[in-house]
Amino acid sequence: MGNQKSIVNDFCITFSTVNGSGSATANTTIMRALFRMGIPVSAKNIFPSNIQGQPTWFTLRANKNGYLARVEKDDIVVAMNPTTLAHEIKFLNSGGVLLLPDDFKTDEIREDIVVYKMPVKKLVREAEVLPSLRDYISNMVYVGVLAWVLGIDIELIRQALNFHFKGKQKAVESNFNVVVAAFNWAHENLEKRDPYTAEKMNGVDGYIMADGNTAAALGSIYGGVQFVAWYPITPATSLAESLNEYVPMLRKDPDTGKDTCVIVQSEDELAAIGMAIGAGWGGLRSMTSTSGPGLSLMSEYIGLAYFAEVPVVIWDVQRVGPSTGMPTRTAQGDLTMVNFISHGDKQMVILIPGSINEHFEFGWKAFDIAERLQTPVVVLSDLDFGMNPWITKKFEYPDRPIDRGKVLWEEDLKKKMEEWNGKWGRYLDVDGDGIPYRTLPGNQDIHAGYFTRGTSHDEYARYTEAPEIWERVFDRIDKKFKKAQPFLPEQVLNKMDGATIGIISSGSADPAVVEARDILAEKGIRSDYLRIRSLPFFNDVKEFLASHERIYVVEVNRDGQLRQLLNVYFPEYGSRLVKAAHLDGLPLSAQWVVDHITRVEEV
Amino acid sequence: MDQSLLNQVQNAVNKVGLTRNDYRGASSTLCQGCGHNGIAAQIVAACYEMNLVPEKVVKFSGIGCSSKSPTYFLGRSFSFNGLHGRMPSLALGALFADHTLKGIGLSGDGDSASIGLGQFKHLVRRNLPMVYIVENNGVYGLTKGQFSATADKGLSLKKQGTNPYLPVDIAMEALVANASFVARSFAGDPKQVKELIKAAIAHTGIAVIDIISPCVTFGNHEESMHSYTFGKEHEEPLHEISFVPARDEITVEDFEEGTTRDVTLHDGSQVVLKKLEKDYDPTSRWDALRMLEQAQENNWLVTGLIYVNPNQPTMYDMYNLPDIPLNRMTEKQIRPPKDTMQQVNDMMF
Repeated sequence: MGNQKSIVNDFCITFSTVNGSGSATANTTIMRALFRMGIPVSAKNIFPSNIQGQPTWFTLRANKNGYLARVEKDDIVVAMNPTTLAHEIKFLNSGGVLLLPDDFKTDEIREDIVVYKMPVKKLVREAEVLPSLRDYISNMVYVGVLAWVLGIDIELIRQALNFHFKGKQKAVESNFNVVVAAFNWAHENLEKRDPYTAEKMNGVDGYIMADGNTAAALGSIYGGVQFVAWYPITPATSLAESLNEYVPMLRKDPDTGKDTCVIVQSEDELAAIGMAIGAGWGGLRSMTSTSGPGLSLMSEYIGLAYFAEVPVVIWDVQRVGPSTGMPTRTAQGDLTMVNFISHGDKQMVILIPGSINEHFEFGWKAFDIAERLQTPVVVLSDLDFGMNPWITKKFEYPDRPIDRGKVLWEEDLKKKMEEWNGKWGRYLDVDGDGIPYRTLPGNQDIHAGYFTRGTSHDEYARYTEAPEIWERVFDRIDKKFKKAQPFLPEQVLNKMDGATIGIISSGSADPAVVEARDILAEKGIRSDYLRIRSLPFFNDVKEFLASHERIYVVEVNRDGQLRQLLNVYFPEYGSRLVKAAHLDGLPLSAQWVVDHITRVEEV
Repeated sequence: MDQSLLNQVQNAVNKVGLTRNDYRGASSTLCQGCGHNGIAAQIVAACYEMNLVPEKVVKFSGIGCSSKSPTYFLGRSFSFNGLHGRMPSLALGALFADHTLKGIGLSGDGDSASIGLGQFKHLVRRNLPMVYIVENNGVYGLTKGQFSATADKGLSLKKQGTNPYLPVDIAMEALVANASFVARSFAGDPKQVKELIKAAIAHTGIAVIDIISPCVTFGNHEESMHSYTFGKEHEEPLHEISFVPARDEITVEDFEEGTTRDVTLHDGSQVVLKKLEKDYDPTSRWDALRMLEQAQENNWLVTGLIYVNPNQPTMYDMYNLPDIPLNRMTEKQIRPPKDTMQQVNDMMF
């Protein structure tokens, strides 16, 4: 290459392939190799709701500053799908790189980009693999060529393949041989004419690579989950499948070798939530995982669990709705639905993890909160977190013992009955915190049994339609939520000296906000940032609203749902809130946030 | 019965030291003469005679008149009145909390034959050990008398007109879903109801009992299969049934040699079926289906033990469950030890 200045560890690669062609192996292999070089990486899988034959994209970003948000333009495109080539070329930055098979037509290729043509067919032919494996192997050609272009240590590619194929040497070798052949071909035949380079750095010490669904499953396992009922739905399926994978490994009773967690694939979401609530009522740490359409089906039972005060954890890995919407695209569109889910007055406890690590953390914490407050807890993740590969700090073992809440077994009940003059009522607020004591089926004390129902009941769980009792019991339930703050993850406040605006955001919008704040600060727009991690809201949110005159609420939906809820609970500050909501199915980019805020600020 | 004899009966204790009173629930708020009340009384009797401890029983129900009735028996037991048609899922989750408990589900035709048909059949297909009673009256009572999915075709109700659809047959649906125990009875035949409930309690697996239980307010029309008159006139018992608990001496004095058929349940107890005219084998699914088809053609209300397979694996057999109930597990048993955290992090990339 000439005298062009290198661009080191700061580039975005889009791999354009046909779905079902096995490109995920190749793409994550590159990602893992860069990660092993110590470079912060992030990736977005943009895929269709389809099994085979449709265009699919994998966008991989390497960034030495650790920014993980999606970027809108590519520096490098690996174009393996001839039908979308023209589209891909449009998204290349000037000076960018196009890698493509040498048999693709290239009439309309821009002149301000660098093109490397790869002899894919030739190298695959020479690889001597079964014809049925050729498609999969052909992706390894671009792995090899790209490794040469960027300067990736080929040994790291082997390590990544070894991990992917779980050490199966035959599979590793047949793939790696193609990578080496392609790398050598590139070395002998290509001249590097682009500036993009990967160099070893120490940007990911203490980090691992995982997706949110895996992290959530593992967190749940460390939270002592005992019962899981689920029904397949994109993008939540791999959460339950991860439970299937890791439960047998981690959850055998140490003394007997028996299973301590039951997983049931139910007939639908109506049944999944019914089973989970039955188990939660029975005293098991119980959960289900789903996405918007499933949650809509679950809403009636969630209302019952709220009113009958049954702990259960519900993971909602959000996708684009309403209706079937875009099943394979990401959104934060279920927030208001979840907050008020099911008919009648209500407030849900909602947890919103803002990193993969927090998926693990909230995985175990959600059970403590659900059992402490005796209520459903909904954890809002989304497709971007759930299904994309991320780098994240290592999972940390829970820093506190399990909290089973106010449960009375035989001995406890006997003692408490003496203390309470022989009176125990399932819904009696004896401690004044709104949280009653519960017994569990199987308790052999003759006073333990009670009748649970979704119909109106008094403090002793007896049916009643008396107006004053309804109001008393219903207000007492509300009290639990008003006093819930000590049990919920606190919001995260990031201040900046000389801040003139506030930003509120949550979940997977966080990486874009983090990066956007730095870009905005360079432009002279300095900001304080409050990341919401749990609902209901408390004084910390109110203080943030009170101390900023203009607050952008950044989120991945059309209507600005987080802003809507802030308006509901803090109407006095409603006029300070500026909607910064965007929904096109793709993860938010920092550029969008910057443009949006700048546009308003400059008016 | 004179007063002293009555006291004696009421105060008699069973093998677990409980009187009949210990199995009662709150007073019924259902209509006087409702078939469901009779069934509740037979559940009380069956549990008393089976020496069940109320704390070892959990009751479940959905929505409807039938689903209100768990309030009226076993007042000491835990109970969960869930959503319309979705008692099966609730029961499934709850029973995994303590698999040593006996589940009794109370449902109706509105609950199990319409919205609940899916959950009902999937529960049956999983063979979750529990008693599943459908109090079947062919109408929606709480909403004041609409046709349910089990109402006879051609039946007329004052406000509803004539029912144009063929009925769902609960017993048939259970059989087709591979139920391991299917029975049908009639609320006006309390002895048979009780014996079938006892057999159902002893059965290891799901035991479905479809009990025709007339609605005295909205559905007790003489021509309706779900009426007392029809039931009394058209009931065709397959056999006279007696239940003999495990380890009790089997006394078959009522049963002449050669005219009985015994079915040994998984716990060793026996159902003794006295043959009537028909030679019926309740261990053959095919015979059961044919019999139900024939009954439908002939407009018979066939009652008795329709099908039983005591050895069908249950849902618990699909899991390697610990002996102690899952809901009694300690933190040490459910949270992986700290040293596994590093291994898990190493498993990620």
